[in-house]
Amino acid sequence: MTPTPLKILCCWLLAMALATGCGKSPDSAEAKPLRLLNVSYDPTRELYQEANGEFIKQWQQKTGQKLEIAQSHGGSGKQARSVIDGLQADVVTLALAWDIDAIAQKSGLLPKEWAKLLPHQSSPYTSTIVFLVRKGNPKAIADWEDLVKPGVQVITPNPKTGGGARWNYLAAWGAALKRGGGDKAKARAYVKALYGNVPVMDASARAATLSFAQRGLGDALITWENEGLLAMQEMGPGKFELIRPTVSILAEPPVAVVRQNTEKHGTTAAAEAYLQFLYTPQGQELAAKHHFRPRDPAVLAKWAAKFPKMELFSIDEMMGGWAQAHAEHFADAGIFDQLLQR
Amino acid sequence: MSAQQQRMGVAAWIAVALAAAILGLLIAAPMAMVVGQAFSKGLGGWWQAVTDEETLRALRLTAVVALVAVPINTLGGLAAAWWIARFRFPGRRLAVALLDLPLSVSPVVAGLLFVLLFGTQGWWGQWLQARDIKVLFAVPGIALATLFVTLPMVARELLPLLQSQGSDADWAAVTLGASGRQLFWWVVFPRMRWAVLYGVLLTAARALGEFGAVSVVSGHIRGETNTLPLHIEVLYAEYHSQQAFAASSLLVLAGLLALVVRRVVAARLPKGAPHVH
Amino acid sequence: MAGRAKVPRLPGLGLSSTVTLLWLGALALLPMAALVIQAAQVPLGRWQAVLADPRVLSALGLSFSGALVAALLATLAGGLVAWVLVRYQFAGRWMMDAVVDLPFALPTAVAGIALTALWGPDGIFGSFCKQFLGLDVAFTRVGVVLALVFVGLPFVVRTVQPVLADLDAALEEAAACLGASQLQVLTKVLLPPLRPALITGFSLAFARGVGEFGSVVFIAGNLPNRTEIAPLLVVTRLEEYDYAGATVLATTLLGGSLVLLGLLTRLQRRPGQS
Repeated sequence: MTPTPLKILCCWLLAMALATGCGKSPDSAEAKPLRLLNVSYDPTRELYQEANGEFIKQWQQKTGQKLEIAQSHGGSGKQARSVIDGLQADVVTLALAWDIDAIAQKSGLLPKEWAKLLPHQSSPYTSTIVFLVRKGNPKAIADWEDLVKPGVQVITPNPKTGGGARWNYLAAWGAALKRGGGDKAKARAYVKALYGNVPVMDASARAATLSFAQRGLGDALITWENEGLLAMQEMGPGKFELIRPTVSILAEPPVAVVRQNTEKHGTTAAAEAYLQFLYTPQGQELAAKHHFRPRDPAVLAKWAAKFPKMELFSIDEMMGGWAQAHAEHFADAGIFDQLLQR
Repeated sequence: MSAQQQRMGVAAWIAVALAAAILGLLIAAPMAMVVGQAFSKGLGGWWQAVTDEETLRALRLTAVVALVAVPINTLGGLAAAWWIARFRFPGRRLAVALLDLPLSVSPVVAGLLFVLLFGTQGWWGQWLQARDIKVLFAVPGIALATLFVTLPMVARELLPLLQSQGSDADWAAVTLGASGRQLFWWVVFPRMRWAVLYGVLLTAARALGEFGAVSVVSGHIRGETNTLPLHIEVLYAEYHSQQAFAASSLLVLAGLLALVVRRVVAARLPKGAPHVH
Repeated sequence: MAGRAKVPRLPGLGLSSTVTLLWLGALALLPMAALVIQAAQVPLGRWQAVLADPRVLSALGLSFSGALVAALLATLAGGLVAWVLVRYQFAGRWMMDAVVDLPFALPTAVAGIALTALWGPDGIFGSFCKQFLGLDVAFTRVGVVLALVFVGLPFVVRTVQPVLADLDAALEEAAACLGASQLQVLTKVLLPPLRPALITGFSLAFARGVGEFGSVVFIAGNLPNRTEIAPLLVVTRLEEYDYAGATVLATTLLGGSLVLLGLLTRLQRRPGQS
């Protein structure tokens, strides 16, 4: 029973061979296909799973080249940081322009004017912030004001840890600003009351959705429209209702080619075509199918029943862009921190 | 032990019941829930979930990482325990402190450490990138983070044992002319193999289950750099909670397997072999 | 060394010291040096600004006090479990022994999800606590402590168990025969030799608890100033590309727990060592 070094070594080699051997992919055998890495945020998993398959087919038809697309998903800010720290992304498809700006500023991997390189400030699809409530809407939540009523529990993630959650916060802020005729004091009071009704602040948008949908917490979930629609689809119909407030924010998740990386990998052409594909009618169809609002008016018209017209304001018109919004609200000792001070 | 068996009074039973309640509520219930959810779609659903292509790839990566971490930390632990327990040298206490340090480092911070070293803006990031060597967001980075969090496990088991055993037997062997190798295999190792095994199992368990540190350095590329714990989180976030729990049940299973290994080996050892002075 | 007279010594000094230095140097010293150097580069004003934030103070307070309370509870509970496992033979003993190690293997995130499901307002135990004790567990500080006891318990059991096994039960019996009360047996006979192991177990549970992230974020609720833990703030800083802030918090967390652990080691050494 005394183990000898030889025995131990043999066992280890055997285990290592087993571990590396099982599930070995055949890609090493034939010519190496071109490979793209799309670094994205959480709610786009389902969208890109399908879009990647379509684009790979198209690319092969057009160029005869075999293409592989790898996906990485996580919180938007965390993903941007990984790219800055060296994750070899060919394209980034994130939740907010602020995160891609950060990549441009801190690493120089892509030009600072990246947003101008593709139509619509480089966001091929949009969404907005809506509410998810339980079946029958027992607390009668119809608009932003209803969320601050006493006894209403609101679930929304922490805007300092999640990119998606910043949209939630800014939607609430902007809507209050609109109602109050631009009175910042009123907006402050409203947002303070709103976050006073939040019993649990998850770290990411998806975690908040799971708290609300799977663990049954809260009366209303503030969420992206696409996230709400997906939750309704995944958790079975008839459990939740989607409430669209009278006014909300235009959420524009941006995409960009990480130029320096693609040049190193020799994938610039494919990466550009990949993002262009999202703007084609086919790409727009896929976006709409996966609950994002398409930019293409023709496609949007086709899906009008799913995406009713809403009054939407943009972050540029309401908050003067991301840089300003961030400095004012989310920086240390910014408005968000002040509001949560007890 | 049999002497006590007959004397289990009311107080003893209360103690047993209390201990059982603590373990049951705190540990067994969450485990039972994981297993229950894993089989909520029957055995077929469980099998389908654990044989999913991406789950298998994640499992493979986790196994590779554990197979790297365990031997390195076992060898390091053996060497460190021998050095610290049997020799006096300047900085000995520093070495002990350093050995324990990874236990006090938050997993999140452990991940941050390797970003500071290997990130593009870190110490060696530029140098590595210029040579196209991938450490962060690839298998080496994940292995390093795992090595760090499991660093002290083996050493911690061995050091107190070696210290409490004292060096008399070692000296006796050396005086009788044993070589270093003979001393190790015939005198030192047999008396601590139990502790080595336990340390190895702890290292393996922690390496299989590590989440926080690995999450920071993995890059989360599906099917490539997602370890099993990371993949479980992905599945859960994708509303596939049954699949997530099925994958988790593999880790519970691994924990139970480790236990069986321990019992089998314990049965083969001479009675009372572990913890003998 | 070369010049000194030959003193007999055990073999393996060269090999074990080389391996240890390489191993510890590459895997522990180097990463820690990176953190220390990074922290030293942060200007003092930034340190003050980060640490003066009431939200940060509250999170640090929760992490340290929660870990202390949890380690204390884990030591009490773990001591009892170890005692039962070593001293009594009963059906199902091996199962109890088996269960103890499971928290080591399960990813902390899974543990967090499972604990939250059970102790949440709709969970089996959570609804019971709410109904009969009027106590909310999940999403309060109680929940944080619960999760930390979960991760800390195995450390205590596994450090106390072997020492207890080595203690001769005859000693307790003798004390009892001589007329010692049960309390006296516990405090006079059992506790002194167990003390170092209990303190080690406590220290391990505490150190693990201060930095614990995965299992806590699910059950804590993460409300700033109330149930937000310090490791979450480290993550928050990273999300904001604020490496300096993250480093300050990381260093504070680590420094704080090292100071406390140092005090504990002192406590462990004082009696019986001389």
